[in-house]
Amino acid sequence: MQSTSDDILIGRIASGDRTAMQVLFARHHVRVYRFVLRLVRNEATAEDLISEVFLDVWRQAGKFEGRAAVSTWILGIARFKALSSLRRKPDQELDDETAERIKDDADDPETAIAKKDKGAQLRQALTRLSNEHREIIDLVYYHEKSVEEVAGIVGIPEATVKTRMFYARKKLSELLKEQGIDRGWP
Amino acid sequence: MSTTDKSQGDIEELLPWHATGTLGRRDAQRVEDALQRDPDLARRYALVRDELGETIALNESLGAPSSRAMDNLFARIDAEPARAARSPGFGVRFSEFVSSLSPRTLALAGGAAAIAILLQAGIIAGVVLKERSAGGYVTASRTVADTNAGAFVLIRFAPQATQDEVTKFLEADKMTIVAGPTSGGLYKVKISPTPLPQAELGAIVKRLQDNKVVGFIASTQ
Repeated sequence: MQSTSDDILIGRIASGDRTAMQVLFARHHVRVYRFVLRLVRNEATAEDLISEVFLDVWRQAGKFEGRAAVSTWILGIARFKALSSLRRKPDQELDDETAERIKDDADDPETAIAKKDKGAQLRQALTRLSNEHREIIDLVYYHEKSVEEVAGIVGIPEATVKTRMFYARKKLSELLKEQGIDRGWP
Repeated sequence: MSTTDKSQGDIEELLPWHATGTLGRRDAQRVEDALQRDPDLARRYALVRDELGETIALNESLGAPSSRAMDNLFARIDAEPARAARSPGFGVRFSEFVSSLSPRTLALAGGAAAIAILLQAGIIAGVVLKERSAGGYVTASRTVADTNAGAFVLIRFAPQATQDEVTKFLEADKMTIVAGPTSGGLYKVKISPTPLPQAELGAIVKRLQDNKVVGFIASTQ
């Protein structure tokens, strides 16, 4: 089954097509929400931000030049909104659920069981990365962005994208080591 | 650092993108060759694949936003000043039409795909032209008075459907294309000159969706 391309939807949105906006929102909002949530770590804030992101898409669709994929363009807007939000609220408290996912240092019985699961350990370490490292890991692994696309979203040279990803992975190994898992790399 | 070390470092940095399949062909081949000859690199690549799997799992566990986000967005959009509607030109419509008939992968598949696209365009255009010449079907860009009354479905024809098959499919149930292609390559098809009860419409949709020429079907107003 063939779906309308994002580029075509953007063209329609530029003409004020509300239905096209609904289709584009339905197609991308979950991934954008997850990207933003991983940065701001607050579900309510992330929900507010994706409304703002897609409102910008609605307003700016006529200026979209198609030099990047639509999803890359949207993630770039999302990143800008998320970082702006973090600058406005530097001491923002984590919501309970997100905090629950993040704090996992204590060796309570549940944690002890979880530590037996290498996958769970890796996921835990992923939540402990800095925002800079977390976003690049997510963009590459979850959002499947190329080196060039990540460079466009984050606003850094392609060579820096590669080295930042390398150091994010290295940090991940260090965090795992702290949790008692030696991956033998780097 | 020797040239070999530098090259190995470059390859190592590319492993995450190799795992997600987002490298260009040349770089992908370089990484693949290096993995074949370097067991230690292959072991480190396995670590990358673990990271990839767990990053996906972590993100998928984050759930989805509530409907509040969408409600809020469209309330704000509705509050925006109305835009002057622009009717897309023939080129855009044709582009959308061809795009709607073939999967994106076909577009990337080269000559064979191009032939498939043209054949498909010809098939649907042929059906529409044939029906128009017979005074029957009305195409996408046209509306007629009687298109507002009746029972309708949205249909996307299967990519492999032939012109004859589509024609026979429409004729078998006395169906008429009244609009299309809309977004996603959908055609609005009248299946009855009078409105039908929801249950009856649902039963017809269910029967039609088993036909091999139908890629997608849903009732509509």
